[in-house]
This record gives sequence, C-alpha cells and structure tokens, in this order.
Amino acid sequence: MFYRIAGQYKTSYKADYALFPVRQDAILLAIILLVAFVVFPLTASDFTFRALLIPVLIYALAALGLNILTGYAGQLSLGTGAFMGVGAYACYKLVTIFPEMNVLVAIALSGFFSAMVGVAFGLPSLRIKGFYLAIATLAAQFFLVWLFQKWAWLYNYNASGAIQVPNTQMFGVTVTGARASALSQYFVVLSIVCVVTFFAINITRGRIGRTWKAVRDMDIAAELVGINLMKAKLSAFFVSSYIVGIAGAMFVFLWRGAAEADLFDIQLSFRVLFIAIIGGLGSILGNYLGALLIVALPVIIGTVPAMFGLPISSAMVEHLNTMIIGALIIGFLIVEPHGLARFWAMIREKLIIWPFPH
Amino acid sequence: MNAHPGNDLIVAPDDDGIAKGALLMDVKNVSLAFGGVKAITDISFDVRKGEIRAIIGPNGAGKTSMLNVINGFYTPQTGTITFRGHARRAMKPHHAVRQGIARTFQNVALFKGMSTLDNIMAGRSVLMKRNIVWQMLWHGPALAEEIEHREKVEEIIDFLEIEHIRHTPVGKLPYGLQKRVELGRALAMEPSLLLLDEPMAGMNLEEKEDMSRFILDVNQQRGTTIALIEHDMGVVMDLSDRVVVLDYGKKIADGPPDQVKADQAVIDAYLGVSH
Repeated sequence: MFYRIAGQYKTSYKADYALFPVRQDAILLAIILLVAFVVFPLTASDFTFRALLIPVLIYALAALGLNILTGYAGQLSLGTGAFMGVGAYACYKLVTIFPEMNVLVAIALSGFFSAMVGVAFGLPSLRIKGFYLAIATLAAQFFLVWLFQKWAWLYNYNASGAIQVPNTQMFGVTVTGARASALSQYFVVLSIVCVVTFFAINITRGRIGRTWKAVRDMDIAAELVGINLMKAKLSAFFVSSYIVGIAGAMFVFLWRGAAEADLFDIQLSFRVLFIAIIGGLGSILGNYLGALLIVALPVIIGTVPAMFGLPISSAMVEHLNTMIIGALIIGFLIVEPHGLARFWAMIREKLIIWPFPH
Repeated sequence: MNAHPGNDLIVAPDDDGIAKGALLMDVKNVSLAFGGVKAITDISFDVRKGEIRAIIGPNGAGKTSMLNVINGFYTPQTGTITFRGHARRAMKPHHAVRQGIARTFQNVALFKGMSTLDNIMAGRSVLMKRNIVWQMLWHGPALAEEIEHREKVEEIIDFLEIEHIRHTPVGKLPYGLQKRVELGRALAMEPSLLLLDEPMAGMNLEEKEDMSRFILDVNQQRGTTIALIEHDMGVVMDLSDRVVVLDYGKKIADGPPDQVKADQAVIDAYLGVSH
C-alpha cells in the first residue's frame, strides 16, 4: 500500500547507489526529519527534551559508534563507557583551556582523543579475538575510569572531583551549562547526530565498510583477498571510538551538565551494548530503534501508570525496567539476533509486496 | 575452442609484459615443515604465462600447503619463489595479492553476511584508493570510483552467469553457486596467477562441466594463468597443459597430461605400493 517499487527503474549504477533506491524510504525519512526539526520543537516540553529526545539521540550515537566496531568489524568491545569518558574529559579540558573555542569544534576535536585511546586499546585485536578481546577492552574500561578519578588535572583540581560544564554560547545562544535551554541543546544534538549518521552510512556502504564486514565474516579470507587486517581493525577502532567520544562529550555537555568518573563505569558500557544488540548489530537504523526502546521504557513505566492514577514508586519503576530489559535482551538473542532493525526490514519487505504474499 | 563467444568484450586484465609461454613463476627447492612433520620436501616446478597448471596427488601429498606457500600464507624453511621476476621467501598474503596472485579455497571461504555483489566488490578492495574522507562524503570521487569498479564487477557477474543472485547474501546460496561467487571474487582481483584449490570438490557432473567451462574461458579470454588442485582426474587431464604430481611432500612427476598418466611412479602413488 505505502511501498511500491513498481515503476521505479534504475538505468544507471549511480541510481542504484542512491541513498534511497526506493522513493518511499526517502519520503518516510523526510517526514521523520520534519517531525524532529519542526514538530517537536514547536510542541514538546522541556521534560520531553531532557528525559527523552536528547538522551535517545546521544545514546543512539554512542551505540552507532559501538556498532561500527562490533556489528560491522566484528570486534567485541566492553569499553564504550570509558571511551565516552575520554571524549567528555577531553572536551572539558579543551573548553577550559581555550574558552574562546566554539563548543562544536571542541566536541569534534575531543573525538580524536578517544579515537587515539581506542586505537591504543584496539592493538590487542591484532592478536586476540572474541571474548578475549572483550576482556582486553574491559581492562581499558577499568583503567580509564580509575584514571578519571586519580588524575586531578583532568577535572581541574575541583574539590568535588567532578567536571562542571561551563556556560558557552554559539551565535549568541547559550548551548551548554546551567543557563542553556533544552530546545537549543536539542537542536545542537540533533544536528550533530544527523551529520555523523550521514557520514557513517557512507563509510559503511563503501570500500571501507566492505573491508570491515569482510574481516567480521572471515578474517583469513579477508587477508587473502588483499585486505590488510591491521589497517582494517585499527581503522574500525578509530572511527568507532571517534563517534563514541563525541557521543560522550555531548552526553556531558549537552545533557548531564556535570559528570563524575563513576558515570562512565561498566554500566554505561553495557547499556550502550544492549542498545546496539536490541537495535541490531550491523545496522545503522537499529541504533535509533534500540535507543528509543531502552531510554523510553523507564520514562513510559514512570509516567503512563501515573496518568491512569495508579501509584507507582520510583523503586518499582527501576525494578520493572530492569526485568523488562533483561527479558527483552534474552528474547531478542533467541528470536531475532539481528534485532529491531531486522524487524523493520521484514515489515518493509511485506509492505512492498502487500497485498500479495508472493 | 571458445566455449563462450558472447564474452569477447572482456579484455585481458594482466598486462604485466610477460609474453605468453614465458616463465611467470619459478618455485625452487621449497621445503616446508611443521615441527617434525615434513609437508613439502625440496620441490621445484615452474608456471608459464598463459597455461593451466595442475597440481595433483593423493590426500596429504602437500598440494594445499604448496598453494599456501605460493600465496604467502606459509613461510617455507628453505627455497625461493620467483614471481614475475621478483624472488622472495617470506611475505604476507595481502602482498601476494598486490603482486597479482589470487586464490579460491577448498572449503568455500566467502563473506557469508554479505551479498554476492559485495563479496566480489571486496575482491577489488586492493584496487580502490579513495580514503576515508572521500568515503564519508560519498558523492563525488568515492562514488565515481565505486561505479568504475562496479562496472568491472558486473562484467564478471555476467561472465559467470550469476546476475540473478547479485543481491542475495551468499550464506543462502547453494554450494555450487558459492564456488562460482568465490571464483568471481578471485577474478575481481585481476590476478596474473589464479590459484584454484579443488574448484570442483563436491560438485555434480553438470556443475563440474559449468566450472570447467568457466576455467577455460578465464584462461583463454582473460589470459589468466591458472594453477589448480583437483582430484577428478578426467577434469585435470582435459583442462591442464602441464601437471605436477606430488606424493608425501615430494615431486614424483612433472609434464604434459599424457606423459604423467603413463608414469609408473604416479600409477604407484595412486594405486598404492608399500614405501
């Protein structure tokens, strides 16, 4: 009904390589972007921005970074939280050392710091695979969080040991710090996420993405078709950690406003990993669906029963959330290892041939 | 004997300046051992430009080890391999690909999660140059490069008659087609020397005939030199120009099919006599 590919002929390879070979996909995305850029800003409340929309976007971006490493290049990582921390602390240092620097530039640069750290901790991937590599990245997770606590220079010797985001302005509008409005932060986050997603789609569908997928599917064969395994793996660590790093910088600067080292502990790593798994490994769209589910679930559990007058304690919300997410992860691993993105792909295929099942 | 006259469009990819019939690869006194196990003992043979060279022998004779040495997967303890005039002993497989050696595997080694098209495109990774910044932007040089290589890949897809499975993930394909896709991926590398490790293992007669036709076409139309391992003696004797026979890691015969077929040592190796 909505999807019809009949009549959409491709007469060149260029047309075949269009971002949306099916016209309806482009229309759908245009509607989503319209809602995100116009409808939400006009209608949503500060609570919606701060509790739902901004965290969904930031978590989706972090999951996208992890997905490039784990879903595309096949290298399991448990250090995502710490790499986000590297981005956040790097951004904090940049902004406090160079107060004139535009915060966008600071966020973009802070990604390079986490990319460097990611490559350094990715070096073991040249020797070890799978769970053993996961343990190596786990070492990064604990080491870096320890470093955030012990290296006082990182948090400018604050007595509290936390980093406090300063007020910064862009084009006369305060975008970070206590005085920033949720709307302005939402626009900054949305814009960065859109741009990074566009780049990520392009990288993953081109030569480099194929190289990563080849390494994921069979590394020996990849080497024998001439792919340099070291380059492929380390470039995946670089790109992945870069995206994770800017997600971490945004996490603190455009959402939390302040952070302690504990914020970047293993819980955060697992949270991002769950988003990537539930959303779908090896997919870009999946990160958004997964983030929507994981972030929205506690909000829904917290607000919906209250709307119907049911009293629900915050502890209850917490417990329900843990139980449901745990069940979902087990369910997904059994039923559909490719996650929500595959569900959407199946629905789309059904819609294309609807109402004829064959 | 042009089995496939429609495909004359395909130009010979390797212009390495070596005349047909001249020496392409020379394997000299190569020995390979894993601890105390001697896989290959002092083997020498050569491959000439434009020929189909078969390596045969009973199970465990060291055939696959020989291919692994040639494409850099194993480093032999002694001996040299001279390929296109460059002598070497140790090298990485991706260097071998850059020199123009491509191969297929005894057990299909495709990228199972990727489509046929992506698998064959992955074979051209070495030939693609645009860096990550261009890849990020996509439109412009990266897209132009992608299309340029796509055209080459589509020629191979046409040639191997696998148009209908272009977008199918290869994990879902039947075995015979997977073997064909793997040949396509090797061809996409535009090799001077193509190594085929049992290209017809596990195939039925019809699939074997198809594969033989493709091997001959590759050799004749694209001018690619081929070294292959195969157990089907009928196929080997029909296809190859020269045959080298290994047994227990040693070379026991080398020459045209008819001569090898009549060789007493070969007959003994295959029928089995006490050593």
